[in-house]
Amino acid sequence: MTTPTLAASVWQIVRKDWTVEARSREIAYTTLFFAVSCLLVFAFAIVREGKAPEGAGEGILWATLTFAGTLALGRTFERERQAETLRALLLAPVPRAAVYLGKLVGIVSLLLTVELILAPLVSLLFAAPLLSRPIWLLAILLTGTLGFAAVGTLFAAMLVRARSRDVLLPVLLYPVVVPVLIAGVRGTSALTDPEFDAAIARFWLALLLAFDAVFLTLALWTFELVMAE
Amino acid sequence: MTPLDFDAVTVNDVSRTFGRRRALHKVSFSSHRGEIVGVLGPNGAGKSTLLGVLSTLLRPTAGSVGFGGADGADAAALRSRIGVLGHDLFLYPELTARENLQFFARLYGVADVDARVASALDTAGLAARADDLTSAYSRGMRQRVALERALIHSPRLVLLDEPFTGLDAASASAFVERLRGLRHDGRIVILATHDLDLAEGLLDLAVFLRDGRMVHAATRPDRLRDTYQGVVG
Repeated sequence: MTTPTLAASVWQIVRKDWTVEARSREIAYTTLFFAVSCLLVFAFAIVREGKAPEGAGEGILWATLTFAGTLALGRTFERERQAETLRALLLAPVPRAAVYLGKLVGIVSLLLTVELILAPLVSLLFAAPLLSRPIWLLAILLTGTLGFAAVGTLFAAMLVRARSRDVLLPVLLYPVVVPVLIAGVRGTSALTDPEFDAAIARFWLALLLAFDAVFLTLALWTFELVMAE
Repeated sequence: MTPLDFDAVTVNDVSRTFGRRRALHKVSFSSHRGEIVGVLGPNGAGKSTLLGVLSTLLRPTAGSVGFGGADGADAAALRSRIGVLGHDLFLYPELTARENLQFFARLYGVADVDARVASALDTAGLAARADDLTSAYSRGMRQRVALERALIHSPRLVLLDEPFTGLDAASASAFVERLRGLRHDGRIVILATHDLDLAEGLLDLAVFLRDGRMVHAATRPDRLRDTYQGVVG
């Protein structure tokens, strides 16, 4: 018997989460349904005669991702709580960081899948040319989602045994991820500007990367303490 | 034998508080290879807290737990030699029995996972239904898979929290036989239970808890129910 490496442990947890989700499709469907519903409400509220206010689509994309992401975070840990399988993960001889990173990769991959559907929909409903620079958009979405999920995974794990976790998660999460959301919205707006300036887009992307590095480091550092009973 | 293959577990004056509530107060006993220890007591006596401390998930507020010969090892290394069957079964209902066992075997770094899992499924008597989702199993079948999950990495210390819950008479008897087999294999088994009838004649040491305190301990106890009523009430 040999203790598995960090990467091998992370992969096992990610693969397990993907298999569970592929069987139930519970989190993917509820997150997607909620996100599309949000988009439609925004569309009915602000689109007049087929025209949306300039720059609205970018903000609505990130607001929708934030709401839907919060739902996904809560459900992911609720699933681990129901049969106390989170406890089984913590009893395994793997670093706590592997549990955190495994859950993080699972959530990021789920949110990116949802974003692949949301981005064209936002583009269509709000006449935002989001898909004109797909590589840039992918980079902004990936780094923004990673920053959001890095903090969200930590807080969702921390609140897993709290009775009012559904209320507490957004209350704790949103103030901390505001910088990520601002950078995400401004970075996405830079991509849709008719006079696209790569230097501005690069600035927001670099800022998102910096947030990711800070949030990931802090989360990895505190996860063991947070999970101590 | 590696340094982590400890041959005794010693609980030294262990206390544990949660805020102002005292869950355990100066509990002491020791157990050796090939022994089954029963931790007995009413609800809220501190049984699950004691198992939590032994599993390394909870740190004692005072006192210590000694893992003979492996005391210097870190918690993660110790966990590789500890198997836990909780009151909740720690199984993913969306996975099959085989997938559950494979997942945990890989997390514990078990060599030749497929062969080990096949052997565990045979032992549980579930080889024919290994590829059914565990959500489709009866409580007794899930309990058997959960026990094999706890033993998949051949742990030296086996911790069982209310393992007889929800089992019918035949499943409970088979479970007791499995525990006797673990004793024969030289494992240290510590089980918390309410079921005195099933524990009768099984235990090498009975530790009686009430309000977090150890009120009595008996070696190879007989007339367990009478003793329990006498010391716990």
